[in-house]
Amino acid sequence: MSEGNGDGYAVRAEGLEKRYGEKRALDGFDLAVREGTVHGLLGPNGAGKTTAVRILSTLVRLDGGRATVAGLDVARRPREVRARIGLTGQYAAVDEVLTGRQNLEMFGRLFHLGGRRARLRATELLDRFDLTDAADKGVGTYSGGMRRRLDLAASMILAPAVLFLDEPTTGLDPRSRGEVWDSVRALVTGGTTVLLTTQYLEEADRLASRITVIDQGRAIADDTPDGLKNTVGGDRVEVVVADRADIPRAVEVIARVADGEPEADEAGLRVHAPVTDRVNALTEVARTLQDEGVAVEDIGLRRPSLDDVFLRLTGHRTEPPGVRDTSTSASQPKEAAA
Amino acid sequence: MSTRVRPDVSPEARPSTATGTGSDARSGSGPLDLTDLPVRSRTYWLLADVGNIVRRGLTHYRRQPVNIAWQLGFPILSVLLYGHVFGSAMQVPGGGDYRDFLMPGMFAMTMAFGFINTATLVVHDSTKGVIDRFRSMPMAPSAVVAGRGVTDLLVACAELAIMMLTALVMGWRPDAGPGFLAAFGLLLWLRFALIWIGVWLGLLVPNPEAAGGLFVVAFPLTMISSIYVAPQLMPDWLGWVAAWNPLSSTAAATRELFGTPVAGDSWIERHALLMAGVWPVVLTLVFLPLAVRRFRRLSR
Repeated sequence: MSEGNGDGYAVRAEGLEKRYGEKRALDGFDLAVREGTVHGLLGPNGAGKTTAVRILSTLVRLDGGRATVAGLDVARRPREVRARIGLTGQYAAVDEVLTGRQNLEMFGRLFHLGGRRARLRATELLDRFDLTDAADKGVGTYSGGMRRRLDLAASMILAPAVLFLDEPTTGLDPRSRGEVWDSVRALVTGGTTVLLTTQYLEEADRLASRITVIDQGRAIADDTPDGLKNTVGGDRVEVVVADRADIPRAVEVIARVADGEPEADEAGLRVHAPVTDRVNALTEVARTLQDEGVAVEDIGLRRPSLDDVFLRLTGHRTEPPGVRDTSTSASQPKEAAA
Repeated sequence: MSTRVRPDVSPEARPSTATGTGSDARSGSGPLDLTDLPVRSRTYWLLADVGNIVRRGLTHYRRQPVNIAWQLGFPILSVLLYGHVFGSAMQVPGGGDYRDFLMPGMFAMTMAFGFINTATLVVHDSTKGVIDRFRSMPMAPSAVVAGRGVTDLLVACAELAIMMLTALVMGWRPDAGPGFLAAFGLLLWLRFALIWIGVWLGLLVPNPEAAGGLFVVAFPLTMISSIYVAPQLMPDWLGWVAAWNPLSSTAAATRELFGTPVAGDSWIERHALLMAGVWPVVLTLVFLPLAVRRFRRLSR
């Protein structure tokens, strides 16, 4: 048996259900992840992402539905599944007291590599994840990015068929996040299938070739990043005016070339609308605004962000933690989901 | 893709790997060959897993030896304070030396407080996600708990040895011989039973800080026992409670075995040796299933 049942899917979930008391953490959740890809599982806090990963990685029993990982049923053959997966949780699940090397050697022995092989594998992974210099220092002294890379290395000890990354960059600074992204890309080049949960739209966009959007325990969309963006509409022309009083005129000008109703963001002094003939539309809008004497701060074409997608699909925004780029999310009028 | 498709024999077709030893063929990665892992029995791997968890626990102490000092700090301080400051003012029924009375009590108390260490280490591992990582691996899940227990017993041996050496330096002179070894065994037997309370509490409390608060509960429990003061010197009702405290039986039994027995008139005091054996069985019967249930609930 090759993994994935030979059907090309490394992970399949059908109608997964999980209840915690009255709350339905998963409510008929479906997922299909192709072998050798990065699949993004995108949703806000509490949407069910972590519960889905915990079920698929055999940590939690499912209440209903069926799931296979690497072609094996997670409920009936958990031990065999465990020999084929790696898991990196929201917390860096490595031992803080041990050194990086001691961690990897311990996990290697617990993966039943035997002592000699565990040592060799640890050295190999430390090198691959650029941790050789810090190998013999206690993990407590590591930076967030180093710790997360060690966590990834620990998940890779058996070169697993499927790697679950549960919010791998939450709480990391941009540089560390970049390091983790590079590591993930390298893993996929090596053939690993990755299921990545994230509430960072940018992260799913950058890494995943396919994205499942989850909200209230259900998959509400499953598409490529571009496909998802197209559900919102294609490119948008966007104008930032200098003076609030000019917003109605900008709306009027953009409406002449737009495919749909322009949206105005009063606080951001921004007006934007979907367009098909992007270059002509942009030139036309620029010229007309100039002719009419409207002072323009910025004008350009914008691909819709996944944030737009989320708003469109769910009627509510994602709520990213911490300080994120809010340039596109300030007080845009919230329209109901189509 | 081709590197990921494993020339793996299906687990159904190969019963030896269908038991889930996690040692069947894997795809290679890099220069290290991971396809030819040893196939061994499930029992072998269970013992190996326990051994590796123990090794981890002991490495913690090697990297942070100060932790042993912290764990011993309170009992040693108690020996000094009660032995030297109050020693001459404290009575022992039958007129023995108070330090001879106190030392076995201190040993029992050190074992008793051990459950706080177990709970603290367990709550650290469960809240930091280390236990989840172990559970997501093809190792035996029970090895996580068993390894914790074996580690804590080994550490308890070291603690007892250090405590006894301190006591000897301070002039404590127990009977040597089989009685001494039996006392050592009874103390470890008590510690064994308390592992399960520690694991259970460690999985029950929400964070490491809460585990530290267990000391506030444990301290009065050690006071209301025969550890510091003989129960017959307490008010009647309190003396009765103290005598039935499991710690009292271990303390009284070891006093007997060390050659400095303290007579008591109640049934429980006259059967200290028996009860020092029985109490840990009772505690284990109650708390081992609770700990196991709590551990299983992690999958809920």
